[in-house]
Amino acid sequence: MAKTPLVELNDISIAFGGVQAVDNVTVDLYPGEVVGLLGHNGAGKSTLIKCLSGAYRMDSGEIRINGERAEINNPRDARAYNIETIYQTLALADNLDAASNLFLGRELTTMTGLVDDGAMESETRKVMGRLNPYFQKFSSPVSALSGGQRQSVAIARAVYFNARILIMDEPTAALGPQETRMVADLIQELKKQNLGIFLIDHDVHQVKALCDRAAVMKNGKLVGVVKVDDVTTDDLLGMIIAGKSPEGVAA
Amino acid sequence: MTDTAPNDAGDDQPKARKRGFVASLELDMRLLGMIGAFIAIALVFNILTGGRFLTPRNVFNLTIQTVSVAIMATGMVFVIVTRHIDLSVGSLLATTSAVMAMLQTEWLLQIFGFSLGHPALAWLAILGGLFAGTLVGAVNGYLIGYLAIPAFIVTLGGLLIWRNVGWYLTNGQTIGPLDETFQMFGGISGTLGTTWSWVFAVVASVATLYALWSARRTKQGHGFPVKPLWAESTVGALIVAAIMGFIWLLTSYEIPQRVLERDFEARGEILPEGYTAAYGLPISVLLLILVALVMTIIARRTRLGRYIFATGGNPDAAELSGINTRLLTVKIFAIMGFLCALSAVVASARLSFHSNDIGTLDELRVIAAAVIGGTALSGGIGTIYGAILGALIMQSLQSGMAMVGVDAPFQNIVVGAVLILAVLIDIIYRKRTGDT
Ligand SMILES: Nc1ncnc2c1ncn2[C@@H]1O[C@H](COP(=O)(O)OP(=O)(O)O)[C@@H](O)[C@H]1O
Ligand SMILES: [Mg+2]
Repeated sequence: MAKTPLVELNDISIAFGGVQAVDNVTVDLYPGEVVGLLGHNGAGKSTLIKCLSGAYRMDSGEIRINGERAEINNPRDARAYNIETIYQTLALADNLDAASNLFLGRELTTMTGLVDDGAMESETRKVMGRLNPYFQKFSSPVSALSGGQRQSVAIARAVYFNARILIMDEPTAALGPQETRMVADLIQELKKQNLGIFLIDHDVHQVKALCDRAAVMKNGKLVGVVKVDDVTTDDLLGMIIAGKSPEGVAA
Repeated sequence: MTDTAPNDAGDDQPKARKRGFVASLELDMRLLGMIGAFIAIALVFNILTGGRFLTPRNVFNLTIQTVSVAIMATGMVFVIVTRHIDLSVGSLLATTSAVMAMLQTEWLLQIFGFSLGHPALAWLAILGGLFAGTLVGAVNGYLIGYLAIPAFIVTLGGLLIWRNVGWYLTNGQTIGPLDETFQMFGGISGTLGTTWSWVFAVVASVATLYALWSARRTKQGHGFPVKPLWAESTVGALIVAAIMGFIWLLTSYEIPQRVLERDFEARGEILPEGYTAAYGLPISVLLLILVALVMTIIARRTRLGRYIFATGGNPDAAELSGINTRLLTVKIFAIMGFLCALSAVVASARLSFHSNDIGTLDELRVIAAAVIGGTALSGGIGTIYGAILGALIMQSLQSGMAMVGVDAPFQNIVVGAVLILAVLIDIIYRKRTGDT
């Protein structure tokens, strides 16, 4: 594994009103690595990665990308660092079609500066053809799509723009078993392309199968980071529930 | 990721299936519904008035009465699409009207030493008014976008503020008569005449056909399905027929002999025997058409428009996609302010003077026009042509009822009921089609 981490989240803290949603959390991520984030609902996983994606501004702590300190104050900054995010809520504009959502904020334009819907639909057809060959609803608003189709639009958006760092917040929540398997394959493929991936998932088996390391959070605090091969699923569940690392496995 | 239900696979496959005549045209059903409603209203009033409703003269009046509200309604579409509201448009119209009236009758004369009737007066006044309107709109947008004060509150305050700022600017006086060039934007005092109206009709028809053709070619270039050529041609023919019919009606409205006599006299000439002339397309209507065109292009073909609709559909998603939604709010309200000023030109020019109650209750008419035209208050949905049709439908109802002799209070009752009914129909329609 490379010497410099792709991403370092150091001592990140953020509070909402009285709630310390993330409390002094430190995690890093190497290129070609998948780091799972585990924890109960409300543990602070989404909030933590939203500091990296620019959706929230952390109260304290620092973010380093390729060893250098990064200022991420909004989603545009994150995109400039090639950070792409699949949000738990998918963050799709329901009234727009798949292509408009895929290119939202980064529209292709014609020479006259007008948005080039034809080119965008054409690109969308290409990328969806790879991700989800059955997808055909290119001219309907995404509100007319099934949960799985919507999820695949969100995934397509994250992978289309040559991300170096990919954040996936419960990407398989709305998917059936077969579709979940396709996401797993995609993660393996992206890993080979040397992306770094933060994967938030509730399923410890899935995390053990897909991730290299797992970071467990409870009540905003980091319980520990472990290599998934050093622990059993029961160990991981223990960390999630009891908030204690098993003896001698800290990575 | 794969669809478990492959039945949607054929959804927009190149059409192998046979489709009905109407389906092949791929017309916008909501647009058709509104045009249908408008035609029904026109026909009913035409019968009730014994054919007076659809005379060239009345159609001419109807269009020039609609322009001011319709121009503002196109801006209100953007405002409502982004889940805001603007209650201050009528008052802002009054203030910008006051600014322009004062500029052309006093301020510019004092500053530049122009005398009344100077050819630059109207244009400088219009520029000043547009600037003032845009500025006020931008400030509204700043208060809403950056300081997070609800649009309802900012513009409710604005409704009171600008109505009365207008009053102070003129000391409560009626200002007029306005500059002659300025009055050309009012309707009857500025029309294209027969020849230029037909030139317009031809240019507009050619442009429409070209737009249809180039859209088709782009689709084909990407290998996307297109409608059959005959269907495309039918749509084109219908639009051209509508343009020609409209211009034919307007050019059939002849200028009364006494008006012609007066015009000739003013030029020191004598009206030749048997000379006739028609009004044709009013400049104000031409202005509305241009506004509709530009606003439609903004809505559909620019990043700004894409961001407006995305923000309306899901503000969080827009923010997370890197869209600066605060600045977007400033832009939307600045456009609204600009359009209020443009409407003020038309409204005050039509009256030929500025009065303090100009634009009173226009905020309600403008919002109603946008909503009747299919703009959803829940955000994310609305069309420019819909808002204009909405304005036209409301004006038709009002004028029609006035012609039939319905009392003014009852006219308002009907318009109010129609507003509610239109929204109800829209809700039912959306439920049926599963359209959001
Ligand atoms: N925008 C917000 N405003 C207020 N509280 C928030 C906000 N976002 C998250 N929280 C709170 O922070 C805590 C962590 O939430 P979250 O990060 O969504 O958890 P997880 O993703 O691990 O389920 C929760 O208590 C949640 O209520
Ligand atoms: Mg979460």
